[in-house]
Amino acid sequence: MARRVAGAGARRSVTASSTELLIATIARLLEGCRSVVIGNRSPIPGSAALLARELSGGALRLTILGSRRFSDFTNGGVETFDRAAQGRIDAFFLGGGQIDGEANINLVGTGEYPRTEVRWPGSYGSAYLYFLVPKVILFREEHTPRVMVRKVDFVSAPGTSAPGVHRPGGPWKMLTGLGLFAFDRSRKRFTLESVHPGHTVDEIAAATGFDFDRPARAATTPAPEPRVLGLIRGKIRDEIAETYPRFAAALTA
Amino acid sequence: MTTPFCDLDALAAAIPDDAKLAVPRDSEGVAMSATRALVRRRIRRLHVVCVPTSGIQADVLIGAGCVATIETSAVGLGEYGIAPRFAAALGDGGLRILDGTCPAIHAGLQASQKGLPFMPVRGILGSDLIVRRADWTIIENPFAPHDPVVAVQAIAPDVALFHAPCADHGGNVFIGRSRDHLTMAQASRECLVTVEEIVDGNLLADPERSAGVIPGIYVTRIATARHGAWPLGLPGHYDPDSAALGRYARAAKSAEGFRAWLDEWLAQELAGA
Repeated sequence: MARRVAGAGARRSVTASSTELLIATIARLLEGCRSVVIGNRSPIPGSAALLARELSGGALRLTILGSRRFSDFTNGGVETFDRAAQGRIDAFFLGGGQIDGEANINLVGTGEYPRTEVRWPGSYGSAYLYFLVPKVILFREEHTPRVMVRKVDFVSAPGTSAPGVHRPGGPWKMLTGLGLFAFDRSRKRFTLESVHPGHTVDEIAAATGFDFDRPARAATTPAPEPRVLGLIRGKIRDEIAETYPRFAAALTA
Repeated sequence: MTTPFCDLDALAAAIPDDAKLAVPRDSEGVAMSATRALVRRRIRRLHVVCVPTSGIQADVLIGAGCVATIETSAVGLGEYGIAPRFAAALGDGGLRILDGTCPAIHAGLQASQKGLPFMPVRGILGSDLIVRRADWTIIENPFAPHDPVVAVQAIAPDVALFHAPCADHGGNVFIGRSRDHLTMAQASRECLVTVEEIVDGNLLADPERSAGVIPGIYVTRIATARHGAWPLGLPGHYDPDSAALGRYARAAKSAEGFRAWLDEWLAQELAGA
């Protein structure tokens, strides 16, 4: 599935696929979280949260929507939203068919609504969870000008809100197939934090339809350590297989 | 007292054209056999309320020309991609959509469940969703100044339709952890259920199961349908049929492919499959 990048510090040659790099990077972002919920169609965040749980020694509590084994919900679909509103969820992942420089996300479609040219499934819980979960991580593997746009065609959920709007949560980081960004809610801007191995700042700028801040010298996203890589290819692969069998089958050593 | 028990065709006949029909998300027990009976009886102009999303069920109903309005927070085929008939119908302008977000749909049903005209919901402010919804508005928190809150009008479906593991002879239906079924049943005027089997005994008298039971007072009709969620799964009973779902996703990409798939699917029912 994936281009492989060189790992560091191993006795034998260890390489991580780009998928494994994303899983390890997200797991690092989830360090210290007590409670994480993983939404629909999220095999990479799901694997990452399972990895973070493993590395936390079980301190991180995790629900994966669509999983029976990794769910402690007993009150149906509303429980995700009720927990979020009470501050019981620390981190959540959202994506977007389009994402713009102010972290507005579009999960509805392109063109003149409602007769959309391209129609995606819909907004799901984004218009709510984006407001209430403190650490929302935008995750979209495809980093191209058609995804990272100057302005989204439809705002499923706004990146920021006017003062006075109840909004304890919002965008915190954005991870793509090219790099990791941080979002500053007061300045309404992304800052590039690190570039994945094998990619460059110029390449990211060319693939991004909006302006973002960049440090004078961008860091490289660290490759996973051998122990982490072993977990991803063993225990985590087995655990995510319950919810995402096709994805797990592709996560081979 | 009339009995709720009937066959699939009688159950489908109990849902009139133009009905507001509430259906659950793919993972929780979707009444696919009953959906086939609905398409067979050529139901028209449904207003489908997805609780809070739908997949193949909504896509098939739309493709077969049964739906006028879809109220949902998403319609998609999960791992198998976009819902092709849903997307095509929107592009053609042949489908009215009420785009929402999951908690707003739950809240609208909860308002109906409680006999309230509306329910306040957090978030949503500044989203383009609200611009399109005449049944949503912004109110002030009456107890604290300068705290705008979205109010969503109650969603009161005519009929709730879902599939569950079993019912007893008293019309009580076991739903286990699928709690949204209970909300749907209580929020809707009628509740139609298909089950894998009818069991002996009283489900409400079983202390290990009674908390996961919809009392028969809410249940209008029950039909037995073995593997009634196929090709979707039923939690704790069977998994989704990934080969069949993949086949649907490929076939439904074109109108012709969908029509061929539909003819075959409808014929399976006639053969008693």
